[in-house]
Amino acid sequence: MARIGVFICHCGENIAGTVDVFKVAEAAGKFPGVVHSVEYKYMCSDPGQTMIKDAIKEKKLTGVVVAACSPRMHEPTFRRACAEAGLNPFLCEMANIREHCSWVHEKGEATTQKAIELIRIMVEKVKRNKPLYSIKVPVTKTALVLGGGIAGIQAALDIANAGHQVILVERSPSIGGHMLQLSETFPTLDCSQCILTPRMVEVAQHPKITLYTYSELESLDGFIGNFKARIRRKARGVDEKLCTGCGVCIQKCPQKKIPSEFDAGMGKRTAIYVPCPQSVPNQPVIDREHCTYYIKGKCKICEKFCERKAIRLDQQDEIIEVNVGAVVAATGFDILHSKDFPEYGYGKYPDVIDGLQFERLASASGPTLGAIKRPSDGKEPETVVFIACAGSRDDAKGIPYCSKICCMYTAKHAMLYKHKVHNGKAYVFYMDIRAGGKNYEEFVRRAIEEDGAVYLRGRVSRIYEEDGKLIVKGVDTLLGAQPVEIKADMVVLATAIVANQDAESLAQKLRVSYDPYHFLSEAHPKLRPVETNTAGIFLAGACQAPKDIPEAVAQASGAAAKVAGLFSSSELSREPVIAVVNRLPPPVFSTCTGCFLCEKACPYQAIEREEIKDRKGNVIKVVAKVNPGLCQGCGTCVALCRVKAIDLQGFTNEQVYCELMAL
Amino acid sequence: MKLGYFPGCSLLGSARELEESLMLVAKKAGMELTTIPDWNCCGSTAAHNLNHLLSVSLPARILALADKAGMKEVLVPCSACYNRLAMAQYELLENPDLKKEVSEIIEMDFEGTAKLLNVVEGMEKIFGEDSVLKVEKPFEHKVACYYGCLLVRPAKVLKFDRPEDPQSMDRLMKKIGADPIDWPDKVECCGAGLSVSRTDLVAKLSGKILESAVKRGAEAIIVACPMCHSNLDMRRENIEKAAGKKYSIPVLYLTEAIGLALGLSEKELGLHRHLVPVVFPIREKKAEPEKAESAEESAGAVEE
Ligand SMILES: Cc1cc2nc3c(=O)[nH]c(=O)nc-3n(C[C@H](O)[C@H](O)[C@H](O)COP(=O)(O)OP(=O)(O)OC[C@H]3O[C@@H](n4cnc5c(N)ncnc54)[C@H](O)[C@@H]3O)c2cc1C
Ligand code: SF4
Ligand code: SF4
Ligand code: SF4
Repeated sequence: MARIGVFICHCGENIAGTVDVFKVAEAAGKFPGVVHSVEYKYMCSDPGQTMIKDAIKEKKLTGVVVAACSPRMHEPTFRRACAEAGLNPFLCEMANIREHCSWVHEKGEATTQKAIELIRIMVEKVKRNKPLYSIKVPVTKTALVLGGGIAGIQAALDIANAGHQVILVERSPSIGGHMLQLSETFPTLDCSQCILTPRMVEVAQHPKITLYTYSELESLDGFIGNFKARIRRKARGVDEKLCTGCGVCIQKCPQKKIPSEFDAGMGKRTAIYVPCPQSVPNQPVIDREHCTYYIKGKCKICEKFCERKAIRLDQQDEIIEVNVGAVVAATGFDILHSKDFPEYGYGKYPDVIDGLQFERLASASGPTLGAIKRPSDGKEPETVVFIACAGSRDDAKGIPYCSKICCMYTAKHAMLYKHKVHNGKAYVFYMDIRAGGKNYEEFVRRAIEEDGAVYLRGRVSRIYEEDGKLIVKGVDTLLGAQPVEIKADMVVLATAIVANQDAESLAQKLRVSYDPYHFLSEAHPKLRPVETNTAGIFLAGACQAPKDIPEAVAQASGAAAKVAGLFSSSELSREPVIAVVNRLPPPVFSTCTGCFLCEKACPYQAIEREEIKDRKGNVIKVVAKVNPGLCQGCGTCVALCRVKAIDLQGFTNEQVYCELMAL
Repeated sequence: MKLGYFPGCSLLGSARELEESLMLVAKKAGMELTTIPDWNCCGSTAAHNLNHLLSVSLPARILALADKAGMKEVLVPCSACYNRLAMAQYELLENPDLKKEVSEIIEMDFEGTAKLLNVVEGMEKIFGEDSVLKVEKPFEHKVACYYGCLLVRPAKVLKFDRPEDPQSMDRLMKKIGADPIDWPDKVECCGAGLSVSRTDLVAKLSGKILESAVKRGAEAIIVACPMCHSNLDMRRENIEKAAGKKYSIPVLYLTEAIGLALGLSEKELGLHRHLVPVVFPIREKKAEPEKAESAEESAGAVEE
């Protein structure tokens, strides 16, 4: 026989001001099965909790209903109290008579009556509650970091320094990401490579970090604490253990005219190459698309000259499987490319370049050794026009958002140009200057006031070539929308920051959500910025939204802290509110008919198939089974199951039905 | 093959040669063009400047007639008509209340199912991949393809080509052996409907377009729109007066250029109707555009 205790909270005046709590306590005491019904000013206070604990012991309660605020506030508090008194915590429920009643209704008879009804249905539910036990899942204390840009590097180092194993997977031949391509960085103008390369070396040498460059994630299965990742290690063509990185092969390779990705097409590379001299690792890879041997079947010059016999022209891709407990996605961003700017002749005129190309021009390690020379004829440009918001904040280009970093790097570019070409003219077309950050506004002012960059507030409508000059047609909105025409020698477009092309497929592999622009989505835009809606998968850097270096690093450290927190115990405990497929004695085994509608419906891929076998091992029946690690308790499958074989623990069909019938 | 057809007023008047050349090429390709029965004026520039409801109702009636005639695709050669029809169709399909109101005004059900084709799309169909047409006399001239504004804008509605740097006409010209130049004025404004009220502005704007094409060595301007044609051709005198300089560069409809390449005669194609005579510089080896210019200067703008 059920022995239920009801505890009604005044919540100061919050509830008692509108609801007649004494009347409620009296009414609840008369519900069948209720053996104890009291009210108190603050149930969540220590004396309040003690009242509950004492009642459980004295009245031998089999269930508790606390009529108070939202369970989101204090369910854990009251369940803990019950557990301390020896009652299974899942036998305690809350009736929300504050948000659902006192706060939203006038004082009066009806309001009190509603509170009584809310308690009545909870009492009916609690009578059918069964003891449940938290699910324990073991944790593999190894983190998988995807992407070796500054965000991935920072996350990997932080997790490794907290004492955990890290596997860092980078798609390109070297770690470093976009930051390695930058010349100097705002707002301090320190050399990007100088501050980055020590971190890269630290990653390579860290005993707890395993680095897989030229590799990609194939698939990810499993759940928080227990992921299984398959990683494709693309054939490098070079034995990393033997290669010393001497670079002889690179000097000898006859294919010398391949546009270098690292130099954003401004420089050339060979078929066997390292992206740049500071690459980590510094062993080269063979680009099979351009290698003479793969095109024509002969060459092998690199093989001939390599003293260490490290060249492996016949190497195949390799797939490795690793077990990890957490994943950090730090796959970064891309910029909008030429096909999107016919009006600016980007992709048509060699002297219309993008921001990354300018970074390579201005970089001491770049193709011009840091001299500003325009691509078409190598001349030093006397007039350079910088165009901010190229594609960003432009619905016509499908990008309504602000790319956030381009105002800053455009000011930096104008500054770098003026530092290198003293009598050059730098014009910047902009919409607004967004320089919200520590020392950012001061930096932009410096570009304008000290370095004399001419800022024109307006958009550029068209760029075309005439008599060897690039004619930039725009408007100056601060001068009464006057049309402006500037004859430029070079134009730099601050093209929009966009998600990587494969961001969507990566999100699908990781089962995390993404926004309409394919940036990966955080679990909550304010309060959970580094988590995703899939437990155990975290975000760092510009894969989540456009970000500068300080922000990317901060988020990476945040993600690392979350991973370290997750790894701080060897088991995870989860709420047992999950779906279960019933099991019955033979010959039925389960009412599940094996239609697997639930499998298709489950948004978390938590439904598995279980074969039921006889003694000889023959399969008699295939039925659904819920993976307790993956199930989030959403209940979608329960609604779909035609034979009601699936039920949600803690919210069974029976419980919900009885709640409704009590009304 | 069959297409619905909306001539609009221009093609019966100032742009007769566009209709003539289009019909000839279509016939040669075995494409049947069926005129929308009982069609009316699209409203042109005037209607949408004065009365929004009228400017939607006029095209709505045309579109409803096309639907009624069971036309799946309707060719609208005049860019201005095309633009008005497409805008109205878009607005009506987006706005059910307006659709209801307009249906009552035109006393017909508006479905808006017919797909509208502009003249470039029409020519892509007629003279496309699997066309039976053969280039007999390659049109070996440097040409400046001028699209104007009505063909590509607003891009959200028309969804035709790249609005800032369209390429479709250039492709068609390459197909007939022409050499389309890369120039920045493809979609600049010629002055359009201001032809009568502000001829001075038209002279200035159209002059810029001519100057840019000539400077880049074009021997002909290829257009798709009657309004562009009349501003660049008929207003040549005004342009020359404003610029203080003569321009002999002829302005051809793309249908005319294609017709010439298919071996049709100048007369059939209606080239004699142009005010600027269609003559090309005599090709020497490496003829310079400047030279060509002076050779034609005396010809000027001659009436037919
Ligand atoms: C022109 C320009 C100038 C800039 N200047 C500055 C500046 O002066 N100061 C500043 O603070 N910021 C600057 N930034 C911003 C800075 O580049 C970014 O904040 C920073 O690079 C973000 O780091 P990240 O690690 O998130 O992404 P990224 O640098 O993009 O790194 C991502 C890494 O992940 C790898 N990757 C991608 N997809 C996968 C995959 N599927 N699997 C495995 N690996 C993958 C990539 O190869 C890359 O190495 C500039 C940006 C641009 C475009
Ligand atoms: S085999 Fe390929 S990578 Fe090696 S030297 Fe020849 S072209 Fe270069
Ligand atoms: S950061 Fe500046 S330049 Fe970049 S999109 Fe935003 S406003 Fe435009
Ligand atoms: S309750 Fe939701 S998450 Fe759990 S198995 Fe069913 S559908 Fe999947």
